[in-house]
Amino acid sequence: MVGTVPKLQVRGLAISYGGKPALSGVNLEIRENEIFGIIGPANAGKTSFLKSINRMDDFTVGMKVEGSILFEGKDVRDWRNVYALRQRIGVVFPLPVGLPLGIYDNVALAPRLSGIRRRSQLDDIVERCLTRAALWDEVKDRLNSLGSLLSGGQQQRLTIARALSQSPEILMLDEFSIAVDPVTTMRIEDVLRELRQELTIILVTNLVQQARRLADRTAFFLDGSCVEVGDTEDLFMGKVQSSSTTDYITGRFG
Amino acid sequence: MFGPAEYNIRNERTERLWRILFLVMTILLIIPVLVILATLIVKGGPALSWEFLFDDPKDGMTKGGIFPALVGTIWLVTVALLVSVPLGVAAALYLSEYAPDNLFTRAINLAIINLAGVPSIVHALFGVGAFVIFFGFGTSILSASLTLAIMTLPVVIVATKESLQAVPYAFREACWSMGATRWQTIRRVVLPNAVSGILTGIILEVSRTTGETAPIMFTGAAFFLPFLPEGIFDQTMALSLHLFVVSTQVPNVPEHLPYGVALVLIAMVLIMNSASIALRIYLRSLKKW
Repeated sequence: MVGTVPKLQVRGLAISYGGKPALSGVNLEIRENEIFGIIGPANAGKTSFLKSINRMDDFTVGMKVEGSILFEGKDVRDWRNVYALRQRIGVVFPLPVGLPLGIYDNVALAPRLSGIRRRSQLDDIVERCLTRAALWDEVKDRLNSLGSLLSGGQQQRLTIARALSQSPEILMLDEFSIAVDPVTTMRIEDVLRELRQELTIILVTNLVQQARRLADRTAFFLDGSCVEVGDTEDLFMGKVQSSSTTDYITGRFG
Repeated sequence: MFGPAEYNIRNERTERLWRILFLVMTILLIIPVLVILATLIVKGGPALSWEFLFDDPKDGMTKGGIFPALVGTIWLVTVALLVSVPLGVAAALYLSEYAPDNLFTRAINLAIINLAGVPSIVHALFGVGAFVIFFGFGTSILSASLTLAIMTLPVVIVATKESLQAVPYAFREACWSMGATRWQTIRRVVLPNAVSGILTGIILEVSRTTGETAPIMFTGAAFFLPFLPEGIFDQTMALSLHLFVVSTQVPNVPEHLPYGVALVLIAMVLIMNSASIALRIYLRSLKKW
């Protein structure tokens, strides 16, 4: 089921903020239809890595990215239109951000921005995305109430629905469970397992066991560099190149 | 055993003392406002009548009404707003949403703050030099309003910028990450949530514009002009200048007349403020996070 075609190829990636390096020397491949886990302690450069992929550095003051990130063979920085790139790479942030709009409008925002006006088409997208994010049943009777008034867990699923609204090919999640209760976390994990059929998922997580449950392959980031990448099972079975990986996985630090 | 300790009682006493102190200060502040209002109502109230509001001044401005000045002030404020609100909001949007953090941006910010500190008489002289003479608008509503607009721009810019920055950055990031452009993000998410703050800035501007005398004195406001302006290139009377004139420049003015003018001026500001505050409360009730 897991393809072998690289969806993303990262070569010699280095990221710095105002001259201060945050991440360097990252070389890895992310394959189509896999869940690619990234684990590591705080300040390892995980979030910066995600930001560089959808070129949030364009809008982030002082952030500098070097090296290459090939998305289907083409460097993301060669995309003339960064907005088109971001439509194909969805992101979910650590803290749920329900925009102060109705639930319906939250999900319909991106399709509307890209020019979809027909109500029936928007209805379809909204229902499909909310269903896939396992939120539809809870909100279908109050689609006009405010997204920002939902509970934290619901808002996070709303965020996922929103990220799915443009049918991205890659979905990046940055520690999505940080503000979410365990039950919702499990529901979202089920959602991600299903989504894997259709898209590629990059999962940054601070829960080592979550990576184990979900990720096909996992990368371990530490102090601004990528220590190693391997099949998740291998890493957890102790087949590692660096002892710090095992130390982190088994909870000896981090 | 579980009763309050000595220091608990002492703390409570100090707490009460501070509260009373702050309350007294606040009341002291309100007193001058109340005294002014009361004086105006008592002394100016008898002057008020339909004729006073809707008649021309007569007999060397010692009798009659203030209609041309009232209309003139509305003209001046409206034109000034039409200029300064779009300009100010646009500048604030640039500074808050687009501008990179560099020397140029910082210089602009500094200039805006300094502009706010320029005395109004200096603005007036600038208005004479720039609009009346250089652009050749003459002494007219346009020149006066432009001068007023420039004087109040910093208020609009700063208020707008602050309310834009009060919108959580996460909202912007969420929008950008979906492929929204900066403008789409501003239009759909940032502006709708900043409107109430922007309105506050405009309220402040309206109040200040209505009352200012110096900037319009040399640029467009007339001493006595018993007919209504027909366009922005006409001169006009204005309430603030009229108040100055009838209080100091004209002999034999009955006492109630300047008080009446002042009362109308203050009432205008209060009415506009209340309307804007009501609108702001309504808009804030729509605010959603």
